[in-house]
Amino acid sequence: MKAQPAARPVSTSRGRHRLGAFVFLAPGLTYLLVLVLVPLALVLSFTFFQRGRFGGVIYEFTTENFARLVDPLYLGVVGTSLKIAALATLIALVLGYPTAYLIAQLPRKWKTAALIAIVLPFWTNFIIRMYAWIILLNGPGLVNSGFELFGLGPYELLYNQGAIVVGLLYSYLPLMVLPLYAAIEKLDPQLREASANLGASGFTTFRRVTLPLTLPGVLTGSMFVFVPSFANFVIPEMLGGGKTLMVGNLIRNEFLKARDWPFGSTLAMALVAVLLLLLLAQAWAARRA
Amino acid sequence: MRRPRLLYIPFWATLVFLYAPIVVLVAMSFNSGESAYTFEGFSLKWYGVLAGNERVLDGLVNTLIVAAGSTVLATVLGTLLAVGLARHTRSRTLDAVALMPAVLPDLVLAIGLLMFYGLVQFTLGVTSVILSHAVFSMAFVAAVVRTRLTGADPSLEEASRDLGAGPVTTFVRVTLPQLAPGIVAGALLAFTLSLDEFVIAFFTIGNLEQTLPIVIYSMIRFGVEPQINALGTLLLLVSFTAVIIGQRMTRIGEARAQD
Repeated sequence: MKAQPAARPVSTSRGRHRLGAFVFLAPGLTYLLVLVLVPLALVLSFTFFQRGRFGGVIYEFTTENFARLVDPLYLGVVGTSLKIAALATLIALVLGYPTAYLIAQLPRKWKTAALIAIVLPFWTNFIIRMYAWIILLNGPGLVNSGFELFGLGPYELLYNQGAIVVGLLYSYLPLMVLPLYAAIEKLDPQLREASANLGASGFTTFRRVTLPLTLPGVLTGSMFVFVPSFANFVIPEMLGGGKTLMVGNLIRNEFLKARDWPFGSTLAMALVAVLLLLLLAQAWAARRA
Repeated sequence: MRRPRLLYIPFWATLVFLYAPIVVLVAMSFNSGESAYTFEGFSLKWYGVLAGNERVLDGLVNTLIVAAGSTVLATVLGTLLAVGLARHTRSRTLDAVALMPAVLPDLVLAIGLLMFYGLVQFTLGVTSVILSHAVFSMAFVAAVVRTRLTGADPSLEEASRDLGAGPVTTFVRVTLPQLAPGIVAGALLAFTLSLDEFVIAFFTIGNLEQTLPIVIYSMIRFGVEPQINALGTLLLLVSFTAVIIGQRMTRIGEARAQD
């Protein structure tokens, strides 16, 4: 057969391309398969197994783990987690939106500096940051000393749900500011000028123009704060004094204390299911916005 | 554009909220007294106490081993994956899989890994934490390198292939130099993420060894200890320096790319 000069390079380049795809994709994807997908499949499969009497697992099919999920005891914990995470998200939004708005209007040089200033605390050790709040909020701590100047307090500021909200807010506030900043930055300033020229007040412009157009950023930021807040177990233990149980504490306890891996897995999967639902709702809302 | 003055209130409130705890922590690390709440005078004694704390030093060594190991692993795997995803496939499913460890709650990943190591009877310790940290670091490295790749000109790689270079040669001689700033930024990110990571290490390290965050966590559970202030100040110094170097690196890289 006569060789076709034009066809040959194409076929070798395609062969090379496939080899290239394998060389580049195989190591990382294998790693993810073994250390993410297989572990997740394990967690999922354990939701259908029974707990052994002294810890351990009996590999027999059951749906009792799911029945236990709707126990009022656990639903109460889910309710508390929702409340605390939602509160942290809301405060982060109220504080983060104007902050992001202002940063977006700053001159270029100050913009970068302000953004770094917002993110920098995020890069220090998480446990240390929470420890700093223990020092601040403790009975004789600095915040109470401040109250004392006005003849108030001292208040019990630590080891309650308020302290948990403060800890979550402190941990995840930058994750709210960054997507908000990105959304506000993208906004065409002419739209706001047009609104003002047409006689709208500052607040009306914000409500009818700025806010709707930056809604995707609001939703992304809210997810970024809500998701890690909802699943957290370290902050409720450190700043909440272990009195308030959140879903994360429950999962941790089932794994490390009660050694009931099947029910712990079921709680973890329920957590993932809730977060997936929220992600879908967010995607739907962002499309409509 | 108009900058309403009222907006400076929440802006400064945010900054005060973010930095007040850090300032107090650093100030209290130089306290000469025993109390964690009242400043009695300047002293470096808590740094001395810290230097003699063997648990902290062991934890620090383990943390550095874990961070170095997982960074190397995550940087190699993440860079290859980023190039593979950007240049060799259009699959959105694979994109999603690569990002999954970064999106998944750390607690769920942690228990999954604990169960997996149990199943294959892998001994828990520093090695299992290195492998675990590489899982999520890789996702971040891949994301950072991919952003860099979208800015890189694919025609250079095509030219290299047209001139007869294989995919590996093209990668090493053409793609890699272009990606260098992104890879360095990704590696720094992986390193700092690993230094700070608590939940996954807590579940996958077992009983015999500890990383620094775990040591600090158990110290705090026994009460407030002023030497933690000194430790926190040192860690702050390290991570702030890493972030600023990373920032400089990307800026230098961008400036070079524009030349």
